[in-house]
Amino acid sequence: MTGKRTEPIDPEKLKKEILAKYPAKVARKRAKQIVTNTIDDAGDVPQVQANVRTVPGIITQRGCSYAGCKGVILGPTRDIVNITHGPIGCGYYSWLTRRNQTKPPTDQDENYMTYCFSTDMQDEDIVFGGEKKLKAAIQEAYDIFKPKAISIFSTCPVGLIGDDVHAVAREMKAKLGINIFGFSCEGYRGVSQSAGHHIANNGIFSHVVGEDDSVMDAEYKINLLGEYNIGGDGFEIDRILEKCGISVVSTFSGNSTYDQFANSHTADLNTVMCHRSINYVADMMEEKYGIPWIKINFIGAKSTAKSLRKIAAYFEDEALMKRVEDVISEELPEIEAKRLEVKERCEGKTAMLFVGGSRAHHYQELFKEIGMTVVSAGYEFAHRDDYEGRKVIPDIKIDADSRNIEELTVEKDPDKFKARKTEEEIKALEDSGYAFKDYKGMMPEMDNGTLVIDDVTQFETETLLEMYKPDIYCAGIKEKYAIQKSGIPMKQLHSYDAGGPYAGFRGAINFYEEIDRLVNANVWQYLEAPWQAAPQLSAKYAWE
Amino acid sequence: MRKIAIYGKGGIGKSTTTQNTVAGLVEAGKKIMVVGCDPKADSTRLLLNGLAQKTVLDTLRDEGEDVLLEDVRKQGYGGTLCTESGGPEPGVGCAGRGIITSINLLEQLGAYSEDQELDYVFYDVLGDVVCGGFAMPIREGKAQEIYIVVSGEMMAMYAANNICKGIVKFAQSGGVRLGGLICNSRKVDNERAMIEVLAQKLGTQMIHFVPRDNMVQHAEINRKTVIDFAPEHTQADEYRALAKKIDENEMFVIPTPLEIEELEALLIEYGIAA
Repeated sequence: MTGKRTEPIDPEKLKKEILAKYPAKVARKRAKQIVTNTIDDAGDVPQVQANVRTVPGIITQRGCSYAGCKGVILGPTRDIVNITHGPIGCGYYSWLTRRNQTKPPTDQDENYMTYCFSTDMQDEDIVFGGEKKLKAAIQEAYDIFKPKAISIFSTCPVGLIGDDVHAVAREMKAKLGINIFGFSCEGYRGVSQSAGHHIANNGIFSHVVGEDDSVMDAEYKINLLGEYNIGGDGFEIDRILEKCGISVVSTFSGNSTYDQFANSHTADLNTVMCHRSINYVADMMEEKYGIPWIKINFIGAKSTAKSLRKIAAYFEDEALMKRVEDVISEELPEIEAKRLEVKERCEGKTAMLFVGGSRAHHYQELFKEIGMTVVSAGYEFAHRDDYEGRKVIPDIKIDADSRNIEELTVEKDPDKFKARKTEEEIKALEDSGYAFKDYKGMMPEMDNGTLVIDDVTQFETETLLEMYKPDIYCAGIKEKYAIQKSGIPMKQLHSYDAGGPYAGFRGAINFYEEIDRLVNANVWQYLEAPWQAAPQLSAKYAWE
Repeated sequence: MRKIAIYGKGGIGKSTTTQNTVAGLVEAGKKIMVVGCDPKADSTRLLLNGLAQKTVLDTLRDEGEDVLLEDVRKQGYGGTLCTESGGPEPGVGCAGRGIITSINLLEQLGAYSEDQELDYVFYDVLGDVVCGGFAMPIREGKAQEIYIVVSGEMMAMYAANNICKGIVKFAQSGGVRLGGLICNSRKVDNERAMIEVLAQKLGTQMIHFVPRDNMVQHAEINRKTVIDFAPEHTQADEYRALAKKIDENEMFVIPTPLEIEELEALLIEYGIAA
């Protein structure tokens, strides 16, 4: 499948061709999830159906609720012992596989990320219930490690047989005197890992946030929400923030610790990177503690600079604003030099991104910076607001699958609520164009005529590759090899393959170099399967 | 070896009927194994004269994988081989999975093999078919014949009809067939006629009408079957007759379950309105 396409693609025609291959009912459903982007004069984009069940039989990119809860949100925290309650498979295969890095202050500090804890349920535990075994596992983990906290993650069979993990958690918490909490994040809880993110947000908010009221001695205190330190992204962001004099109370949850979560309600601003996976915590912290939240994005040099300026503007402090400008002007020249060099070789090339709940949006920035065009993109597990912006939230249908997830009612904390800014201050900032609690979504920032596809299928991926012949395709490990076999370079944007960091200033340089290498030294196009090079074997029946 | 499963609404008298029928077959010289598929483990009490039976699943828990057939199987009335699957206490775990595990273990231990020279295996299954586990005895050819214990009470007939739906499902893949309805009388008006019509509509037969008699309760309180406790009593003859009919039965069908409206019409015609 090598070579360039010669004619421009008509996305609507392509959509029709794809849908024609599906049974009528599947086609009806997919038709709402495949949309040609158009931005009208009011800045509105077409509606995309998202966060709905994948049709059985379709090869999807998605993961399960347990993966979202245990793997994505709680996985990157190093000092909570995470016990998977269930048969060993889920535990084993979720054992440190997302390249979320962590750095304890010394090698004597707690770090359980390299361990894999599971109750290893057997047939007998399914028949007679697994609560006893779970208690024993918690006791054993406590005896060996004496951790600050233990959390329990439910896999599918646990929900089917009705083990009460929350009762076990309460009982063992009272017995051991450390924080123990459970998550009902059985894989089948939602249509994708997104349900698991929500369940994790609720659990952390209910059981950990607000446990420690000590206030960090720092001037500008923020939380970084939805940054998971894949390939060291968080380290680079921390470096930049520190250079600007901005202190991070807690990151949810790259390189994080239990104490940071417990203390996170003392920050003065919540900055949200991955809107999809963490906006629930941001909303609840605003409601309960009075911390406003803003959407930021540290992917791409320009976005990083913009995000830093946005944080500084919030604090309305001239000194901070100046320091931020100094840092930007100090860091940018090196990046700009690299950018221009790479742009020369990458200009005009095309990319596709089908990944995550924010990455398919954020990484478009980096491609734009080196002159590449994103021709098609979509999320794996996002909701409509991540495509079309938060203004559509009131119109989103609540279906039975969403109702499966507990919706917490949060009220002002009578003692701990402290409005960080007065209503007047907020209004003044908003009047000057400052956006609180807003995410515009991916589509308003994509070109007209680009193809937006939610929960893309393997078949659609193959069709896109064939028709568009993009210069690079970004997705995850499950898609990787099929794409490379078709002769097209592939970059994993969940785990970054072996690379990273790609966030912040230095991350941008890494990414430019990586994309330059991939698209301009495309070895995959030279791969030939034996049957492509040599004629097929011919044979005839013995009786002929 | 004939493999028979007894189903029916909870409390209808499945265990009592099964054990009394088994006693009748034993009298006629048959060698029988009874597999209780109920977590309450009370399917073999009358045959074992109340002897507490360690269940298959309890044994598995205590002994691990290394279980002998003798550990889970006791000899009862007339040489019947009795085994109880067992299961979790109410509200915990998965009883259905327990039955699957237990029957698999019995197979693995050779409980069904030729050298056991069994004429019959009876599965006494809890209540309705609520999940895959309770359908286990009718899946994969484990039981070939089903008898449904029923009475003229509405819910018992509903349950019988539902069980027939389960049989249809597995009949196509596994070859299980319905052998008939056993009417365990509750002295409902027109009971015999109504069950006969129900049987006919289901495409099967009412194989026997077991009249209600207090002797069954007398025998039960003494932890015995009627045949064991009062061999001369007329009720003992009823069970002998049922045993004989089962032994000679040749009518095995894939049932034709009724629509709910049809079932209700039947009840109105023969029951309440008659």
